Amino acid sequence: MNAHHNASPPSSAEDAVTLTVDGRVLTAAPGQSVGAALATNGITAWRSTRKNGRPRGLFCGIGVCFDCLVEVDDVPNQRACLVEACDGMQIIGTYPQNERGQA
Amino acid sequence: MSPAGNRPGNDGVNADVAVVGAGPAGLAAAVAAAEAGAAVAVVDAGSQPGGQFWRHRPETIVPEPDGRGHHGWRTYVDLRSRFDAARAAGRITYLPGLQVWMAQNYDGGFTLRTTPTVAGVPPRDNGSSVARTVVAPRLVLCPGGYDRQLPVPGWELPGAMAAGGIQAFIKGNAALPGKRFVIAGTGPFLLPVAAGVAEAGGQVLAVLESSSGSAWLPHLRAAAGVPGKALEGAEYASIFARHRIPYRQRSIVTEVLGTNHVTGVRTAKVDSVGRVRPGTERIYQGVDVVGFGWGFTPQMELPLSLGAETRLDADGSLVGVVDEHQQSSVRGLYLAGEVTGVGGASLAVLEGLAAGTAAARGRALSSSKTMWRHRKFAQAMHKAHPIPPSWQEWLTPDTAVCRCEEVTAGQIADARDLLDARDARSLKSFTRAGMGWCQGRVCGFATACLGEGTGNQGAAPSVGSLAGSAKRPLAAPVAIGELTALAEPAETNLQTKKN
Ligand SMILES: Cc1cc2nc3c(=O)[nH]c(=O)nc-3n(C[C@H](O)[C@H](O)[C@H](O)COP(=O)(O)OP(=O)(O)OC[C@H]3O[C@@H](n4cnc5c(N)ncnc54)[C@H](O)[C@@H]3O)c2cc1C
Ligand code: FES
Ligand code: FES
Repeated sequence: MNAHHNASPPSSAEDAVTLTVDGRVLTAAPGQSVGAALATNGITAWRSTRKNGRPRGLFCGIGVCFDCLVEVDDVPNQRACLVEACDGMQIIGTYPQNERGQA
Repeated sequence: MSPAGNRPGNDGVNADVAVVGAGPAGLAAAVAAAEAGAAVAVVDAGSQPGGQFWRHRPETIVPEPDGRGHHGWRTYVDLRSRFDAARAAGRITYLPGLQVWMAQNYDGGFTLRTTPTVAGVPPRDNGSSVARTVVAPRLVLCPGGYDRQLPVPGWELPGAMAAGGIQAFIKGNAALPGKRFVIAGTGPFLLPVAAGVAEAGGQVLAVLESSSGSAWLPHLRAAAGVPGKALEGAEYASIFARHRIPYRQRSIVTEVLGTNHVTGVRTAKVDSVGRVRPGTERIYQGVDVVGFGWGFTPQMELPLSLGAETRLDADGSLVGVVDEHQQSSVRGLYLAGEVTGVGGASLAVLEGLAAGTAAARGRALSSSKTMWRHRKFAQAMHKAHPIPPSWQEWLTPDTAVCRCEEVTAGQIADARDLLDARDARSLKSFTRAGMGWCQGRVCGFATACLGEGTGNQGAAPSVGSLAGSAKRPLAAPVAIGELTALAEPAETNLQTKKN
């Protein structure tokens, strides 16, 4: 649906991909999942649970638990652990940024 | 497009043998069936072959993986080259990036309905983002499994992960999900996870194993039958020594600490049934990832939906019953890999080869001695690393059991004691445990255990309760359009491609 999905893959492992997460620009190694891109940038929670509004991120890592759901390029409820991070992707989470990282 | 019925239209694929899964079992089954002369279709949710065990970075980025951090990579390379050769010869139609959300049988064959694993992103390796329907007279299901979980206070905090999820993160991304790790649960699989973290540059503060090495003593004969496992063990021992990873037996995490993220864990020593030994508590601070693994749960929804007979394996998992050729109780339906009993990748490959050969009506492989030894080893492993019978005592009433629906242990105990909801299905209708996005995959085992118990004592779940929880109307979430396309009644004509 978006042109950049069909962009040819980076020619070398050095070409980082750039994506936007809730307006913040991140880089990731080519071929990494969106979940890995977030986690390696220190973002470990991006979904809020429906009932108690609790933070969630990666759990099973293989598409089974659905804890890592996130909006990718206007498509909601994508599993961040399965979607490959591509240049220009717009990621939108439901867990408020300002609470992040505070344990 | 003719989405309804069993006649695959433009979107359809006809084959002699359909295989679900391209992990160790599925790859082996596909290769064996194709080499025996069958036209094979392989559907896999992953975007490239390998499954969980041989997961590797995208080949578009690393075209020739060197197999570092992998075991049995030579077996993978061999199977993969035979798989690629069969594809090139037109014997295997490979459909990556598609999840089977429904399997149906009718006389003479099977229909698989699929949906893209990732919406809107076409998988690479000439995969398609378009759902395909696969029709074949014989079906080999190799869907593998996922980490089995026991709830513990705080396990829903970000930073708490499945042990296999950490391993998958490392293998698939060549990166780490954090810096300082504690790995806990039971079973030999905790060792490769900790070793993988350490070799990737992470710090493993401790590996906590609820069982003890002496639990292996009655099973040494079975262990000696698979000498390769001893070698692997020695390899991990040297990695643990090199990275100074403490391996604490009869130890568990009693609480994951933190407010919005894991910051530490509280641990304790346990006795042989898993009761906490007072005065042994200890706290690890500065932990950002804690990995939990209590064995694996086979993905049983597809075999169950086709009516395959099941049994409880030595680890308490629901698995499919198969004959010596891996055929299930349903004619033409073969099962291989974790769905016939959790036993590791080497066994999965042997089972896949047997199933693929039989499904292609090739010369039957006689059940090999090696397979038998691997099965014995797996049984011994399960007995030496049981789910501690007293694990429910670790819970507090407000511990989340169902992560998706945020149902607590207290709510489940109330439904059991006040409403007599004992099996996973009744508990689901009273408490919503198991009704979330994952459809009970993560909470199903624990909910079934809690339902069978009394007070804060649990019990091993029954076949009925586990099957009730693993029977899912849909094996994967699908778009409404794909469901409505089924409204037309299924036809029973079957045209098998001959080549
Ligand atoms: C996350 C994880 C990590 C693991 N890491 C290790 C490890 O490092 N070392 C080790 O010794 N063991 C590991 N294991 C155990 C190991 O995976 C198994 O022993 C082995 O992979 C079993 O092989 P299999 O072919 O049965 O299943 P798998 O390797 O799991 O392959 C199953 C395949 O089927 C696909 N599939 C499942 N359902 C569907 C569906 N409905 N539609 C389409 N495709 C589907 C999956 O995407 C997967 O590709 C791990 C297990 C898990 C869950
Ligand atoms: S982490 Fe479980 S589905 Fe993504
Ligand atoms: S954890 Fe209970 S439905 Fe997902």
